[in-house]
Amino acid sequence: MTPAAFLRTHSEPVRPPPAGQTGFVHLVRERLFGSLPAAIFTLLAAGALAWAIPELVRFLFIDAVWSAPNGDACRAPGAGACWAYIWRKLPYFTFGSYPEDQRWRVWLTMAMGAILIFWLLRRSLPGRNAAAALFFIVYPIVAFVLLSGAPALGLPNVPTDLWGGAMVSLVVAVTGIVLSLPGGILLALGRRSKMPVISALSTGFIEFVRGVPFITVLFMANMMLPLFVPEAWAPDRLLRPLIGVVLFSAAYMAEVVRGGLQALPKGQSEAGQALGLRYWQRVRLILLPQALALVIPGIVNTFIALFKDTTLVAVVGIFDFLRTVDTARLDPEWAGPNISATGYIFAALFYFVFCFGMSRYSLGVEKELSRGKTH
Amino acid sequence: MSAQTSAPPRISFWNDPFWRGLIFQAALALFVIALIWGAWSNALDNMARRGIPTDFSFWNKPASFDINQSLISYSAASENGRAFWVGLLNTLLVAAIGVVLSTIVGFAVGAARLSKSWLVAKLATIYVETIRNVPLLLQLLFWYNAVLKPLPAPRNSVSIFNTLFLNNRGLFMPQPLPQAGFGAVWLALAAGIAAALALRFYARKRQRETGAQTPVGPLSVALIIGLPLIVYFMAGRPLAFDIPKLKGFNFDGGMRLTPEFVALELGLTLYTASFIAEIVRAGILAVPKGQSEAAAALGLRPGPTRKLVIVPQAMRVIIPPLTSQYLNLIKNSSLAVFIGYPDLVQVFAGTVLNNTGAAVQIICITMAVYLFISLVTSFAMNLYNKRMALKER
Repeated sequence: MTPAAFLRTHSEPVRPPPAGQTGFVHLVRERLFGSLPAAIFTLLAAGALAWAIPELVRFLFIDAVWSAPNGDACRAPGAGACWAYIWRKLPYFTFGSYPEDQRWRVWLTMAMGAILIFWLLRRSLPGRNAAAALFFIVYPIVAFVLLSGAPALGLPNVPTDLWGGAMVSLVVAVTGIVLSLPGGILLALGRRSKMPVISALSTGFIEFVRGVPFITVLFMANMMLPLFVPEAWAPDRLLRPLIGVVLFSAAYMAEVVRGGLQALPKGQSEAGQALGLRYWQRVRLILLPQALALVIPGIVNTFIALFKDTTLVAVVGIFDFLRTVDTARLDPEWAGPNISATGYIFAALFYFVFCFGMSRYSLGVEKELSRGKTH
Repeated sequence: MSAQTSAPPRISFWNDPFWRGLIFQAALALFVIALIWGAWSNALDNMARRGIPTDFSFWNKPASFDINQSLISYSAASENGRAFWVGLLNTLLVAAIGVVLSTIVGFAVGAARLSKSWLVAKLATIYVETIRNVPLLLQLLFWYNAVLKPLPAPRNSVSIFNTLFLNNRGLFMPQPLPQAGFGAVWLALAAGIAAALALRFYARKRQRETGAQTPVGPLSVALIIGLPLIVYFMAGRPLAFDIPKLKGFNFDGGMRLTPEFVALELGLTLYTASFIAEIVRAGILAVPKGQSEAAAALGLRPGPTRKLVIVPQAMRVIIPPLTSQYLNLIKNSSLAVFIGYPDLVQVFAGTVLNNTGAAVQIICITMAVYLFISLVTSFAMNLYNKRMALKER
């Protein structure tokens, strides 16, 4: 059979779009000067950038002092950021006054933490349940022994007054992260409980903590906690703010987890009951796996907020990372007009890397989890 | 007993949810009560041993310290209770201004993130991501120690039109001094606001009945600003300005914003605005595209589409998280203690606490105040939210 003459046997080649609809010029016209207000704003923004970028590059790189024995070069007129000072103070920013010959213990703790966190976060690696158990149960104990010392194992005690710098920030953050999730889950379950006493206690605690500033919680932990226990039990000066951090972030975590629990259909729990599962079995096997997966972004946001809030422990005299940066700038050997700005920019970079990394990671997980749900 | 007998015979006593719940709750309640009682008796014991006051008599004792910014009359001879009010008012001042400023900046940046201009949208994104991922305390210290403190001394102030002076003692501004006859301007302002409200009411009614629109926005601005302005010029400009002048080592006269206040306000505003911007962006994106397409199909122009279709629906999504940002701002204002702005925490939970040693009472009062402010704010915002929420009939 021959095809009818009016049927095409081959398709026409695709014609290029009309001139002016493609290419760089079109892109610029469309994305930058699409309308009159957009064009005005583009010009304003471009003007601001043209002024700011050279200034920033000059301050951060061209005029910056990269190596110097002391602050003289940084004090010279026209000098930019004083990176030499950061380099010189880096051990103090990392360890505080931790004894120099014992600092390998901190390195070891940090390395173990980094490996465990990497293991936990890479969703493709095997044995992540084991990693979770190691990180949430074994690691805190090992880290505590390593950092504070055990004379029986040949590790001399290092009192917490000597701890400082990034290591304290990380200790506070990791303690908060490790303990606030289980605490938050318990509080969320308590708030949703049908037992009036439990629900009232949980709700009261959550709303109280969320209604007051973190600083007042720290003040309370620092000044009232030692009064509430017999004098011999008075908690260590680093332990007190840690308790405050955990109580505070657990209350926020509870609300995030509650959001996830509320999003689950009631049928899930009822189906569990029909299968004969007990309450804790339902929670562990049916409710939490689904609820937590739903609120991963919220959980990570709470972790980010917690990490930023660790800076506030300075108010009760703990030398965290920001506090060491803030005190080092007063060192007369280095003090100069640009020292404060240099220190703060460096500190901002430190916090930014952690917080931005966490938020990017949560975006990735969210995408991965939603992949199964879209059709 | 009745629960036991009415239950099916198979269920044993310890498996009956009713009894189990009761026993478990009773045990928990007992535990909490024991905990509180133990803490209380320990506290009384410890406080007595260390000579810490357990009553509120410190409230009426002289404070004997100075506060460099106060909305009410205060001197070192005033009592501690007065210092409490000074701190509380300073907190409310910084929070109220911060809420207004961060809303303006936040909405502007949120809109900028959706701008048609790629450059503006990218810049707004960079702003939001940078500010959100750096601790507020670090930003406050940066503004205070790295920007405001290295400013020149009063002699070499940065001056703007010779009326505004910026130096390391703060920002000096002319102070308006109302002269006789300025009351008429206040009256005109009140009349303008009342007229604007009446106009709004009338415009609503007119739209319901005829569908016709009234330009409420521009007319209200004209009434609220224009009316007092006309009266002001008619009354012969009854306002004098006290312009700050350099005298010796410092400025005299005018109004002064302390560097602490400026740094705190700047940090709080920029930080909170970055969160508000994300909320605004999410709220606008949450309005389905079909809404603006339907508005276009009905013949609405882009301006009215934004005002009548997009914004009202976006506000429903925006308000609840906006409330929690406002609450965060109020609570974050307590970071003032780090840069020495005399807010409630710095004055009361800081200096007064150190002077009197009454830790338990002072921390409890401070927490109660913040709790109260939080509750009132969320109550007010809930009322507003209820008004804006979808009315389901």
